[in-house]
Amino acid sequence: MDALTRRRFLITSGVVGAAGLAAGGAWTLRDVFDTATWDDRPGDAKTLVLVTLYGGNDGLASVVPFAEKGYRDARGDLAYSGEEVLGLDDRSGLNPAFAGLKKLYDTKQLAVIRGVGYPKPDHSHFRSMDIWQTAQPDRPGNTGWLGRWLDTFGGDPRHAVSFEPVLPPVLAGATSAGAAVPVTGLALPNGVQTATLRKLGAVAAGEPPLQARAARAFADLVSVDTLIDSVDAAEDADEPEPAGTGTGGRSDLRAQLDLVARCVEANVATRVFSVSLGGFDLHASAGRSTQEQILQRLDDALTAFATRMARTEAGRRVVVAVYSEFGRRVAANGSEGTDHGTASNMFLLGSPVRGGLFGEQPSLSDLDNGDLRFVVDFRSVYATLLKDVLDADPQQILGYSTTLPGLL
Amino acid sequence: MADRKALAHLLRRATFGPTAEEVDAAERAGAAATVDALLKPSGADAGAARTPAPRLPEVDERADRAAQIRTVGSWWLDRMVQAEHQLPEKLTFFWHGHWATSADKVRYGTLMLGHQQTLARTALGDFGTMVRAMLRDPALIIWLDGQKNTVKAPNENLARELMELFTLGVGHYTEQDVREGARALTGWVVDQRTGATSLNPKRHDSRPKTILGSTGDFDADSFAALLLGRPECPEFIARRLWLRYCGDNEIPGAALTEAARQTTTGAMLKVLLLADGHAELVKQPVEWLAGALRQLGLRPGDMPEQQRRQLQSGLNQLGQVPLRPPSVGGWPAGAAWLTTSAAQARLKMAQLLAGKAPQPVLDRLGAAPQGTRIDALARLLVVDAFTDRTRAALTPAAGDPRKLLALGLASPEYAIQ
Repeated sequence: MDALTRRRFLITSGVVGAAGLAAGGAWTLRDVFDTATWDDRPGDAKTLVLVTLYGGNDGLASVVPFAEKGYRDARGDLAYSGEEVLGLDDRSGLNPAFAGLKKLYDTKQLAVIRGVGYPKPDHSHFRSMDIWQTAQPDRPGNTGWLGRWLDTFGGDPRHAVSFEPVLPPVLAGATSAGAAVPVTGLALPNGVQTATLRKLGAVAAGEPPLQARAARAFADLVSVDTLIDSVDAAEDADEPEPAGTGTGGRSDLRAQLDLVARCVEANVATRVFSVSLGGFDLHASAGRSTQEQILQRLDDALTAFATRMARTEAGRRVVVAVYSEFGRRVAANGSEGTDHGTASNMFLLGSPVRGGLFGEQPSLSDLDNGDLRFVVDFRSVYATLLKDVLDADPQQILGYSTTLPGLL
Repeated sequence: MADRKALAHLLRRATFGPTAEEVDAAERAGAAATVDALLKPSGADAGAARTPAPRLPEVDERADRAAQIRTVGSWWLDRMVQAEHQLPEKLTFFWHGHWATSADKVRYGTLMLGHQQTLARTALGDFGTMVRAMLRDPALIIWLDGQKNTVKAPNENLARELMELFTLGVGHYTEQDVREGARALTGWVVDQRTGATSLNPKRHDSRPKTILGSTGDFDADSFAALLLGRPECPEFIARRLWLRYCGDNEIPGAALTEAARQTTTGAMLKVLLLADGHAELVKQPVEWLAGALRQLGLRPGDMPEQQRRQLQSGLNQLGQVPLRPPSVGGWPAGAAWLTTSAAQARLKMAQLLAGKAPQPVLDRLGAAPQGTRIDALARLLVVDAFTDRTRAALTPAAGDPRKLLALGLASPEYAIQ
């Protein structure tokens, strides 16, 4: 896997503040495992795993409202019939690629929250993702909602971990930032001595900040050199050729979740993990099969993780939340794809989740300029996660305190 | 005599990385003449002549597409290194990051090469010419699904990114403008056999559209003209140039105003290169590698195939492969390039490059008395000065020019422009 080439736009979007940048790349898996000895974690403390789908996942292809008026006309060749989907109730069903998620739904471990969005939806990938990650729909600032949680939680970066080379804005707080832990090995090249790198990594008085940061990377390199063998291979040999326009996100969701599983099983102090999957921007030539391929990858990764988590006590306290920056336009665009849309579904899964259908399917006939009107404010899902998973005060972190009853 | 430090700064930013001799020449010529020569180089470019664009078969031949794309990428790196007219060459790469079109989706080396050539041809001139050319560019059209955008079934991908990422920036248009703009761009098709683009009137929506408050029968060119006429457009481009050439700080108001007044990209870049308020700038991996190759006198085109592949694989590890930007938003800037994994990759690449360094370069370094060898290294790599920290790391290697060179290339000072 190439650890560097993905997901870089977050930095250019300007959301990540100085704290976020300073933290990226400085932490190692061993640093995270070291926190297993901390005793700051109450016995019943839960863990949140946030899964970000980059590119705008098609909500209407994920949870198919096959019986809704206008659905078949709007979606044409992309439409599914009631017989094809994995029924949730008599009006909607999961995409056929979501066989694993359907099993979780049947055992009440998957909550499907429909119609999640925010007022005045933005159709830019970058801006809408900023809104979702900052939880500030009016004017996205430069802190992420989980970064602000970290600020209130004491601020050790290892309480909020991302297995990505660059820290996602969602984990950047005002005074603290989560830890970005690279997942690839960082072996020193042959013939380079640790002593030399230590010297290059030293602080030079009066040095400009970026140059100082370049130096610090060498100090970090020395500290991670010994870790190579401890990381699972994160290779994703079967990476398909992308059909969507690149908008960020990683391709190795399963590898990231494997690392999360190892950390959880080791009882680390981390309360929040952030992982991602990219490739959902299917404007054209998606057809049903392309859409199903990527949903299948998501299903595989999520179900494998949920199954593994169900096996241990620590794992049974893990809640996974899945979201994307927007859904797609209700009407297909005629290129066997869909354009950027608005409200969509969120998934919550794990043992603490009370499964079922939440929210409601937005009307497919009463549209806002061709787009779905949202029913559930995304901040109410965040508020629920903050209160019931992280034992935090949503009002303090979101300035918003309405929760969704019955989810957890 | 012009200030050598200021000239080195200018050349590091205007080119892929100057040689010590180029800084010497600039010092003799003075700042004004240097900038003029960068923007309007006199004489033919022998380096470009040595590195003609590869000849690729037509798009419909079932050739190995991946190999073709590799060929184009490998050629481009060679061109970046060998071109004597460095400013236009680097500006072409800037535009590649701006229009951020990836072979991952376009998949035809021929079209990516054509895209690069169009960027090169229009790099310095009037931005409008470039926009109109890009709206006809098969690679960009495929990248943003333009060929799928028809009167019956509009596809907004291209219209949105045209406004958000290429001309105006987010916040300067409405959702309605995106939808109407998409209608203006309907009807463009890419010929499967030749890769040529044309407007198919049957697929074009010729009814009136209202975009940014103006109503008319907009097509691609008049839609482009509307965008180009907005005051936000030159400011957006000036800010993008500032980010890559001057620093990731906010552009000073005076520079913005002056730059936005210019009628060509070349004139705009001149204003910005000479403006006050430049900040630290991290070298992008392509800049780092092409600059190092230039300073060591290494030409990728003269290397065996296997070594050229090592360079491409090095760029991949560093996180920046030409023809494959990570997203339509382009490559990141600044501290994003300074991760631990990037430090490791730079170290590996530095060793590889030092291992290939020609003997005369090593001899020159070795000829300097041991006590001044680190200064000779700084001159070779056009680093203003190494800090005491880095000197302490370099000193034990001073007896071994190759090792010294590798550490110099990997050093924090060399990571910054």
